[in-house]
Amino acid sequence: MIYQGKQKIWSEYQKDIPADGWFYVRSCIRQNFFPASEKYFLAICRDLLGHDIFETEHHTTCGGIAYHSDTIPQETAMTIVARQFALMTEAGYKNLVTSCITSFGNYTEILETWREFPELEARIRENLWKATRREFDKPEYVAHASDLVYKYRNEIAERAHFRLVDKHTGKPLRIVEHIGCHYSKMFPHKGIGGAEYPCVLSGMVESWGGEVVDYPERRHCCGFGFRQYLVKANRGYSVSNTHKKFESMEPYHPDAIVTNCPGCPYFLDRWQYVISEQTGKTYGRDGFGIPVLTYEELAGLVLGYDPWDLGLQLHQVAAEPLLDKLGVEYDPDAKYLGVNKENLMKPELPSVLKCF
Amino acid sequence: MNYFEELNKDYRFKEGFHTCINCGTCTAVCPAAEFYRYDPRKIVSIVQTKDNDAIEELLKSDTIWYCGECMSCVTRCPRKNGPGLVIMALRDLSIRLGFFTESEKGRQIYPLTKVLNSNVLNYGYCVHPATFTYKDHPESGPVFEWALEHKESVYGRLGANYCGKGPGALRRIPREDLDELKAIYDVTGGTERLEIVEKYSRAKAEEMGMTMQEYAEYTFTHCSTGHFNDE
Repeated sequence: MIYQGKQKIWSEYQKDIPADGWFYVRSCIRQNFFPASEKYFLAICRDLLGHDIFETEHHTTCGGIAYHSDTIPQETAMTIVARQFALMTEAGYKNLVTSCITSFGNYTEILETWREFPELEARIRENLWKATRREFDKPEYVAHASDLVYKYRNEIAERAHFRLVDKHTGKPLRIVEHIGCHYSKMFPHKGIGGAEYPCVLSGMVESWGGEVVDYPERRHCCGFGFRQYLVKANRGYSVSNTHKKFESMEPYHPDAIVTNCPGCPYFLDRWQYVISEQTGKTYGRDGFGIPVLTYEELAGLVLGYDPWDLGLQLHQVAAEPLLDKLGVEYDPDAKYLGVNKENLMKPELPSVLKCF
Repeated sequence: MNYFEELNKDYRFKEGFHTCINCGTCTAVCPAAEFYRYDPRKIVSIVQTKDNDAIEELLKSDTIWYCGECMSCVTRCPRKNGPGLVIMALRDLSIRLGFFTESEKGRQIYPLTKVLNSNVLNYGYCVHPATFTYKDHPESGPVFEWALEHKESVYGRLGANYCGKGPGALRRIPREDLDELKAIYDVTGGTERLEIVEKYSRAKAEEMGMTMQEYAEYTFTHCSTGHFNDE
């Protein structure tokens, strides 16, 4: 078959994701700010859809944030990752799925570097043996958790309780998708759709009935920048980048934002709060912000899970306007209850951004 | 020392530095260049000259610390360079030689190293609620101030296994696994890196007349004028 034009380019950016047999590693940031997203990734992909995804308590960080903040040498980061591979090998798995884009980029960079410089891989194997007496096989496939949700998106759509449709107007909800830089900017052929036509999130949105919003700064970084957020003195960089994105998307009136990377939803959510406090400006309607969701939260809403079980109360931007458009029923009084339904009082309200 | 030869030993440099044609595409797409007085094209151009004095000046400057390592430049370079990777190699060399204490942004390596690596070695992750405070992160908003105040209940409500045994989000990492991380740091130069950062930062703090606690607080919070394009 002779492929033509876009069809040919597109075929180069497809990923043949294995259906099953995954060794799962968690994210430093996602488990801190969106712990329920990790819970529901497993609840949906493993428990509901029945796929084989294994987790061991013995895995750790991949060291990616420390590495990209320039605080550990490359060999340290590589050997930490080699230990994760050893745990995968010992558990009898060949495919690794990570809950973090920084990790996904880190694993990919390491495997590509070893492919080009086999002597480095040999040294890392030696390091790991000296430090832990462990050995490893390299994974046959490394996926980001969103790759699996993308792969299973139609199975999720078949079980949907809600479509991404505004129940008041009957029109598709307008969703901004944010891919996260380390998913496909470094190694475009490793991301679904590459850096030019990434569709890992847009594929989910369209499959679940929504409409993807295109806007000029769609591919701009959220502004994490590692040291540019982690050091208090540098956070102007971080908020400025988010501000640029929101100014660019504002005229398109999105109903929500869905994100790939664990850090991006935190920054796109919290910097809306900071911008509102600093300038008085909000980007949603009637003083609200634009709700920012992880892809697990979006999948969970589509499947009809309770929004407070999904952790939407941990967002600073109120999710209620989106829930109302979707027709999701929720108990406002249950939003801030604790693990045993005890009353934990409520967070203070921001001075500008409208919240409940 | 020939700095170019040192850089060329770094695998990120080998991957990210080929012949640069000075087109400036990296600068055009760079999120850092938009806000900081930063131009990745110039940095790669200086490195390409192999001028030892000019490279030393870079290693001691604020300039190399402005990058956010988003790697947007990698996608767009028509010559398959990675200016972000060149930056990582420059930063690595700057730290090894103790040059990082010569610039305000370089000195930030001290609090970064301290916080991130103590999290990795004590909790098994780079970020952990036990050390993430509202005081240092007011942008996390009143909702996170509330969440941190009720950590165990809130994380429990959201399905995390907070500081518990067995798998799950925010679980306690078993001691033997943390010991393995420490052994990896010892074998791979991670521990030595912490000692180097401590040694040069201590000397700088002394020169600036500060205790280490004051130095950590100052480098974490202080931002002079002159870094931004619109100043």
